[in-house]
Amino acid sequence: MHNPQLNANGELTHLLSIEGLPRAIITQILDTAASFMEVSARDVKKVPLLRGKSVFNLFFENSTRTRTTFEIAAKRLSADVINLDINKSSASKGETLLDTIDNLCAMHADLFVIRHASSGAPYLIAEHLQRAGRDDIHVVNAGDGRHAHPTQGLLDMYTIRHYKKDFTQLRVALVGDILHSRVARSDIHALTTVGVPEVRAIGPETLLPKHLDKLGVRVFHDMNEGLKDCDVVIMLRLQNERMAGALLPSAGEYFRHYGLTPQKLALARPDAIVMHPGPMNRGVEIHSEVADGPQAVILPQVTFGIAVRMAVMSIVAGN
Amino acid sequence: MKIEIGNGRVIDPKNGVDRSNASLYITDGSVAGIGEAPPGFVADQRIDATGCVVCPGLIDLGARLSSIEAELAAAVAGGVTSVVVPPDADPPLDEPELADRLVHRAADIGKARVLPLGALTLGLQGERLAELAGLKKAGCVAFSQAGKTVVDTEALLRAMEYAATFGFAVWLQPQDHWLARNGIAHEGEVASRLGLAGIPVAAETIAIATIVQLVRDTGCRVHLTRLSSAPGVALAARAREEGLPVTCDIGIHHLLMTDNDIGFFNPHARFNPPLRSEGDRQALSAAAAAGIAAICSDHTPVGADDKLLPFGEAKPGATGLEVLLSLMLRWAELTGVLLPAALACVTSVPAAVLGLPTGNLAVGAAADVCVFDPAAVWQLTAAALKSQGKNSPWLGCPMMGRVKATLVGGRVVYPA
Repeated sequence: MHNPQLNANGELTHLLSIEGLPRAIITQILDTAASFMEVSARDVKKVPLLRGKSVFNLFFENSTRTRTTFEIAAKRLSADVINLDINKSSASKGETLLDTIDNLCAMHADLFVIRHASSGAPYLIAEHLQRAGRDDIHVVNAGDGRHAHPTQGLLDMYTIRHYKKDFTQLRVALVGDILHSRVARSDIHALTTVGVPEVRAIGPETLLPKHLDKLGVRVFHDMNEGLKDCDVVIMLRLQNERMAGALLPSAGEYFRHYGLTPQKLALARPDAIVMHPGPMNRGVEIHSEVADGPQAVILPQVTFGIAVRMAVMSIVAGN
Repeated sequence: MKIEIGNGRVIDPKNGVDRSNASLYITDGSVAGIGEAPPGFVADQRIDATGCVVCPGLIDLGARLSSIEAELAAAVAGGVTSVVVPPDADPPLDEPELADRLVHRAADIGKARVLPLGALTLGLQGERLAELAGLKKAGCVAFSQAGKTVVDTEALLRAMEYAATFGFAVWLQPQDHWLARNGIAHEGEVASRLGLAGIPVAAETIAIATIVQLVRDTGCRVHLTRLSSAPGVALAARAREEGLPVTCDIGIHHLLMTDNDIGFFNPHARFNPPLRSEGDRQALSAAAAAGIAAICSDHTPVGADDKLLPFGEAKPGATGLEVLLSLMLRWAELTGVLLPAALACVTSVPAAVLGLPTGNLAVGAAADVCVFDPAAVWQLTAAALKSQGKNSPWLGCPMMGRVKATLVGGRVVYPA
């Protein structure tokens, strides 16, 4: 099956998912991001790689953090950035997703950054552009439904590489609501692609997708057992609406079993790092003492995220 | 009017007929003989079937007619001579007048026979009973909820009791409302990977278990539509072995595709019920091969705009009437099912479900006939379809087997 995110030369033309990305491309993105880290430290935080290009941030679902980091990344690449909050405009007037895209293409968009509540929406757009012969327009997935959040996955890999250097000796645990998490799916694909030998998922059965083992993941229901000897602990956000159905009884019971406390973290390796894609729910999935503690690398993740997004945009628009 | 369909391979699965280089003789709308011309037979019209298969016209147990005219033209172009129409039209077929109008309109068009299913409940809401006897009188062959579920089990029990009172059959698509309501794909590895909300197999098995128990209690005759899972067909087969009046069918796409075919969110691979795993597909295939389940097209024309959406927002279903025969031949070839047994799944088996005298070529039977060239290859394109539904996961693919002529009641309705 043709992988729509690679062009005929096997180069990245869209970033839709980590799944199916060759390891070499992930390494290329991480290395490029490393070279951009220095840009953000300059007085003049700009490089001219996307000068004259228009980046459209199309957010069909609310987000402040991800949109802001994409906006900063595009601006540091000297692109013109247009933010569109579609919830409040076209969609409510009945315009279809692809009509919106066609209109923005007519405004000479070069790159779309898309967040959408439906899994797979960026694929639909990439395939539509391909059918229309618009190989010059690129799509970067900024989160689609439960499916993927590839730039988050990549910035997580950047963070792990930054602190741990070598992927091939690590034990990494993802904790919490994996079922509804696009971050978890992207992390799982990224971790297994870069060669992490043991990826663990920790959570109650109601928050774990079926057949996780087939994705190369070891499942734990007991957090104490699952955290044992881990080098990296990735906590996932638990949304309040999960308590509305029959998935979980209460935030309190969840925290008792799956919240990351200093005591539980002590079961991991002493040099383990703690990550979180944000925004955090203190006291629900993570104890403040851990979130603010020396092992947390949650704020560096955000900084790395800008460099990683710069790398992704410069690579797709450069290919 | 006397017609001779000459020099073909005449296959009548029900009567065990499979004769090469034989002629089918038709007199005044009925089959008059196979092989040897009846005494004094002089053909008014001769159709050359050299290299072709001559078989009973296909009986499709599920085809939605978005536009009656276009879809009935599509039916006969696909060799389908009878179509069972589910009641989930707009408005739902829940009043005798609506059924009456559909039957008359179909008769005026004069292509395939239309066998409407009446709504079991008003507006398919699953609450109040529709006027079943009135609908029956207007031409409905059975009663159904189409893809909707009767959520209230008491309402289902009463509906089946009432239907049993009159000896009416009830057709149900077994799907537990609660387990299926938020799902968009089979709950399995693919849905987990793609982040699509899953519909577990238990949605089907729980519903079948409930329905089968109610069949035991009421004696109501039930046809289970569009089975999708291995445990589902196993439950249906067990009910039959128990001697319960339960039959079932499978949509053709479920015999050829699995959830893997969703690929990169292909909206054409969205179906209701969802495409399931390879193990499920194999069990469905075995049930069809064993003659336990009929095969139908589950023809669902969907506008182009309704498929140009993210997977979970796209409407489920695919066009089916014009590809049923070709896909059925593809399935037979893949699984090694012999042509007569494969044809039974779309002729005699569905006729038995409906209790109809058609679906065979016995002398005296209505001459509903399909003549097709099994070796002809054509490419499926939107332009090649008469149906308004151009939605198919097979667009661009080569299709094997092409209909050469279709007769309904001894009238050549295709080519027109």
